[in-house]
Amino acid sequence: MVRIKKESPDRPDNTAFTQQRLPAWQPILSAGIVIPGFVLIGLAFIGVGVGLFITSRDIQVLEIDYTGTDQTSDCNKCTNPNTKNCVCTLSFNIDTLFKGPVFFYYGLTNYFQNHRRYGVSRDYKQLYGDLANFKDPSTDCAPYRLDSRNNPIVPCGSVANSLFNDTFKLYQIVNGQRNVVPFDGKGIAWWTDYNVKFKNPDVTPLQNAFNGTVKPLFWTKAVYELDFSDPSNNGFINQDFLVWMRRAALPNFRKLYRRIAEENYTNGLPAGNYSLEISYNYPVLSFNGRKKVVFSNVSWMGGKNDFLGIAYLVIGSLCVVMSVVMLIVYAKFKFPEDD
Amino acid sequence: MGMDFSTLRTLISRYCVGEENWVDSRTVYISHKEPPPGTEAFIQQRFPDNRIVSSKYTFWNFIPKNMFEQFRRVANFYFLVIFLVQLIIDTPTSPITSGLPLFFVITVTAIKQGYEDWLRHKADNAVNKCPVHVVQDGKVTCKQSRKLRVGDVVFVTEDETFPCDLILLSSSRDDGTCFVTTASLDGESSHKTYYAVQDTKAYKTEEEVSSIHATIECEQPQSDLYKFVGRINIYMNNEPVARPLGSENLLLRGATLKNTEYIYAVAIYTGMETKMALNYQSKSQKRSAVEKSMNDYLVVYLCILISKAIINTALKYVWQADPNRDEPWHNERTEAERQRHILIRAFTDFLAFMVLFNYIIPVSMYVTVEMQKFLGSYFILWDDEMFDEELGERAVVNTSDLNEELGQVEYVFTDKTGTLTENNMEFIECCVDGHVYVPHAICNGQVMPGSDTIDMIDTSPGPDARDREELFFRAVCLCHTVQVKEEETVDGIKHGIHQGKSSSFYISSSPDEVALVEGMNRLGFTYLRQKDSHMEILNRDDKVERFEVLEVLSFDSVRRRMSVIVRCSTGEVYLFCKGADSSIFPRVISGKVDQVKARVEHNAVEGLRTLCVAYRCLSPEQYQEVCHLLSRAKLALQDRDRQLAEAYDLIEKDLILLGATAVEDRLQEKAADTIESLHKAGMKVWVLTGDKMETASATCYASKLFRRNTQILELTTKRTEEQSLHDVLFDLSRTVLRHYGGMTRETSSGLSDDYTDFGLIIDGATLTAVMRPGQEGSNSGNYKELFLDICRNCSAVLCCRMAPLQKAQIVKMIKTSKEHPITLAIGDGANDVSMIQEAHVGIGIMGKEGRQAVRNSDYAIPKFKHLKKMLLVHGHYYYIRVSELVQYFFYKNVVFIFPQFLYQFFCGFSQQPLYDTAYLTLYNISFTSLPILLYSLIEQHINADILKKDPSLYKDIAKNSLLKWSSFIYWTALGIYDAIVMFFGAYFLFDNTTFTSNGQMFGNWTFGTLVFTVLVFTVTFKLALDTHYWTWINHFVIWGSLLFFVVFSLLWGGIIWPFLNYQRMYYVFMQMLSSGPAWLSIILLITTCLLPDVVKKVICRALWPTTTERIQTKRRCLASEPSTIFMLSQTSSRMSF
Repeated sequence: MVRIKKESPDRPDNTAFTQQRLPAWQPILSAGIVIPGFVLIGLAFIGVGVGLFITSRDIQVLEIDYTGTDQTSDCNKCTNPNTKNCVCTLSFNIDTLFKGPVFFYYGLTNYFQNHRRYGVSRDYKQLYGDLANFKDPSTDCAPYRLDSRNNPIVPCGSVANSLFNDTFKLYQIVNGQRNVVPFDGKGIAWWTDYNVKFKNPDVTPLQNAFNGTVKPLFWTKAVYELDFSDPSNNGFINQDFLVWMRRAALPNFRKLYRRIAEENYTNGLPAGNYSLEISYNYPVLSFNGRKKVVFSNVSWMGGKNDFLGIAYLVIGSLCVVMSVVMLIVYAKFKFPEDD
Repeated sequence: MGMDFSTLRTLISRYCVGEENWVDSRTVYISHKEPPPGTEAFIQQRFPDNRIVSSKYTFWNFIPKNMFEQFRRVANFYFLVIFLVQLIIDTPTSPITSGLPLFFVITVTAIKQGYEDWLRHKADNAVNKCPVHVVQDGKVTCKQSRKLRVGDVVFVTEDETFPCDLILLSSSRDDGTCFVTTASLDGESSHKTYYAVQDTKAYKTEEEVSSIHATIECEQPQSDLYKFVGRINIYMNNEPVARPLGSENLLLRGATLKNTEYIYAVAIYTGMETKMALNYQSKSQKRSAVEKSMNDYLVVYLCILISKAIINTALKYVWQADPNRDEPWHNERTEAERQRHILIRAFTDFLAFMVLFNYIIPVSMYVTVEMQKFLGSYFILWDDEMFDEELGERAVVNTSDLNEELGQVEYVFTDKTGTLTENNMEFIECCVDGHVYVPHAICNGQVMPGSDTIDMIDTSPGPDARDREELFFRAVCLCHTVQVKEEETVDGIKHGIHQGKSSSFYISSSPDEVALVEGMNRLGFTYLRQKDSHMEILNRDDKVERFEVLEVLSFDSVRRRMSVIVRCSTGEVYLFCKGADSSIFPRVISGKVDQVKARVEHNAVEGLRTLCVAYRCLSPEQYQEVCHLLSRAKLALQDRDRQLAEAYDLIEKDLILLGATAVEDRLQEKAADTIESLHKAGMKVWVLTGDKMETASATCYASKLFRRNTQILELTTKRTEEQSLHDVLFDLSRTVLRHYGGMTRETSSGLSDDYTDFGLIIDGATLTAVMRPGQEGSNSGNYKELFLDICRNCSAVLCCRMAPLQKAQIVKMIKTSKEHPITLAIGDGANDVSMIQEAHVGIGIMGKEGRQAVRNSDYAIPKFKHLKKMLLVHGHYYYIRVSELVQYFFYKNVVFIFPQFLYQFFCGFSQQPLYDTAYLTLYNISFTSLPILLYSLIEQHINADILKKDPSLYKDIAKNSLLKWSSFIYWTALGIYDAIVMFFGAYFLFDNTTFTSNGQMFGNWTFGTLVFTVLVFTVTFKLALDTHYWTWINHFVIWGSLLFFVVFSLLWGGIIWPFLNYQRMYYVFMQMLSSGPAWLSIILLITTCLLPDVVKKVICRALWPTTTERIQTKRRCLASEPSTIFMLSQTSSRMSF
């Protein structure tokens, strides 16, 4: 459109933007769109929900509490804090094949790994192998920074100090014979934690890097002694250590301990009797905590979780119900677009 | 000795008081010459130099002063306190989270202000150092402007700007006048005439000027540009002569000399004391209703914040009562912490919780709202429909704080002349002693050649009448303040008349006068010019008559008349008086009053502006007395205005009525349409005018303010003379209320279109009576309430005969009535300024009466018709936009912080933040800021055309309806619901299970990131659901900011950032995305969050649709197909470019 009139110098620009006339899509949340939309979303959600629910139902979980508060439990003897190197055994049996790969978790309850004071108490640089921080750990680590003789603690901080130190051995009992079920401890921690975030100092032998430091107060062995057999699983990059260092979100949590997918057990744990030998070290009774072990297999959607499937079903049905309600309202009150 | 003491006493009293302002007048010694001994003590007062300081800061005080000013703002101060708390005590989030945004905002503002100040410094320097010519010892020397001092005589040549406020001593023109344009002061580009002091106007060379021996006494500087009183004492032969000085002698700094070769003038106010500098001071701030709701909400949220912190602190200590919870073996305190007193610990915890939840107060909202207002106001400036071709002007925004208030207006107070009407006066007729004269054959204001100029309707007058007739014409030709400008000397072409060979123009501040003088021209008497205090008139026989102007009793709005005293060539002295009928008739002692009165009333009903003309012959004695009265009043330094008014009152009496004039003021284009739209939009329109009742009500009918079926209620002096005010008021209220009671039944039967509405007419005098505070105790105090009651039920009210201050009083009365309605005042003249400033929103019209209204308004528009778009479209949009902005901001911060509050219950009340620091910091700054800002700039829930076509839509947003507490609670409830869904959704998903097919577990940061991801998407989608106008920019910003969030998260977790001392977010986001259930739960939670809002919207739209929604739906049905095609074709044509 050409303006023939004489343009005044003060005349505003006549563009779509300045005149607020940009071409635009002007959708309205009217019943005509929303009702079919809700039906579609509802049906889709119900479909997903059914799928999730079935998948979740097929996942097997076996959870055993071994805190030992129960008098009948073998672990009851270990609950006395004065007992050192206590070992107890739990027996259980599996009725049907526990499909593999089976994941073996330990679980703690009432344990506030997400407590702020607890969480900040670590030194990322130290754990990255920075030797400067070996001599002078970050003040965040207090009160687990220096021991009583002012030697720096490595790894410092309450998270490292409270490393879970129960160990487990699983035996299948076949004809009275105890067959060791092999555990696979590789890849239980995040790949990035193992390869990038945590690093041992570049010193060989590793032990030398720790001269002048002391091990965390709670620990029975130093961090470079965690796994002598495998240097790639020793020091800060010990997988159990890495798993522990990733703080849980909630006070009741599970952490991956081992995978069972080797030798005779590639297909899972066959039906039969099993005995779990626990070296019971970790005190939890003082804060009313519980310890348990969990055997679980996973699907594409991870571990057993009925919530997600049920939630999908509920929301899906809600969508459908709401669309029916809206349809009734629509029929009864006649939307203005009808006239 | 005695004199010395008095000098000393004066000195002491002046300096001990310390404040110069205590002295209410100042004495200026021209060229710093002492007065002759004996007259007065020479006290050199100290005045500031002529340095203008518009800059706020100096190099030294910039940082402290700027910081102080910035931290006086609530938002910044709040952030600062949080930041300091974070620095001092051990808090969950690092000081960076609040320090960084604070630092950013403060630095950017400081740099901006510093830069602006540097520019001001530069400008100041340029001004202060520019050369000024000063007369010293009989010679013109050059000085830097800043060195100019009070008392210096300044030499200014044409087109130069005055360096300070000056009193004109003499000019190159013989009559001692000079022309000045004050365009840079008040925007008036017309030339104004200023006068030199009579006794000094002959001093025209620097030697002569420096021989002037005089002192000037004048008031201390005040900011009113149009007021000045002073007195000059000239010592000629040591004999002091005192002359009055007024604003016509005062040349203001900033004005420019025009059409005058040079002038000499003396500086009286310098530097920061000039009127221009005093006018720098900003006006009082108006706050919009939205801002008030915003502050209310803020208080609510502050309470929520504090109670959250208190609840958590209390629960923390209850929970920690068990020492194994407080300090389990794996999580001990340091020794220092253990020894701290429990109260200190509790207080620290309280502060830490405050810091953790501080984001619930949307500090960024203030920044966003400010940006929205500033940027949004450009749409008013840019609006092509509000551009006026004729004037070449567009709308002006003086403050952007009130944009949304334009959508809330309930009462419109409008001026009549120049606002509803064009203020383009045309002479229609005059009536001399009952004979009516109509100039005919008018074509564009020029007289057709060969016409005999007069067409008499009435019987032709006799010879005696002819004398009266000519006296009348002469009176009209003489009694005015019109100036004649030759064409080549005038910039702005105004009214052309042909006068001999060269064209001349009449210029006056009052268009009525120009119309009258032009009308006289058509009737045969042409006003030629004023020369050497003589007015020259070309009479019917082409002879020049000369009259000596003795006095001009200028017009004022209280007296509503003006007079001139002239001596004609025969030596008789006449006083001609011209004014409103109400101010002339009481002063008339003879003349054909009845005939003239009848004609005046007839004309007034026609909607014409009438003026009456009267005269008085002054005998020499009477003239002497007049001179005496006037000179005494004019020389007074204090209360001069009052004394002058009294003198005028004494002089303008015993008049003989000559006749009346009628001038038409046409209605502005589309004024009626605009008024009708405003009515339909539910606004009450009041016309406040100084005009008389008949004229004003005629205009009201013409502009459809009153319709045929409007029942007019009169509350005028005429009625109150018959009945007591009390009775009239009760009568009226009974009429109104009876009808109102009956109407509710009618409307229920659906006959609402038919009802008669009420129009009220009230005049200034009655209004004063109504508003007068009660003297008889309780009874009369009720008048105001009763009056308001009547007004409330009238759709239109006309207040005539109003003084400017009364206009403001009315606005104030309505503003403070118990409903506290939002008022808008619109006017074009200086007499509207007070109401423009009083009303919630003041709108100026770029009219003919100068720029004062525009300067003092909040918004200015070229024509009255633009008010329609301003309110119905822009106001509506701004309100919708801002209210959504405010509600949305509170909503998104509740959703943001409430999960963090819930998380405290699961982390031992340890103030563990749920989200990472980067997310906490950037949530409001970048992830969710742009979509809402853009929404608040370009959202259009309905097309602008429909808003204009259907003004009733405006009612949908009346009374701040989108920011009612109920909707605020709805938004907050929605926010809390969403937060609960997000938090517990994630909680149950994380409950003792793994998320990945490799069996690995996620930690607390994944938990927070999951919640945060749902949060950002939900909050953005919620806005998307509310957006009705999706331009490409909306798509770009909404999807862009979501994409930005994803990209940022990938980057933030993808790299080991060397400057961070923690790497807790490393790969967290990627790990989360690698898990199927995380995706599924994100989708599920977003849907669940949005579900109830969508359902609510659909059901409300179906069951209780607002007019807006009805129209939205209807438009959609009617025009869905064609509009899509149209849109597509538009886009495709756009693409092809």
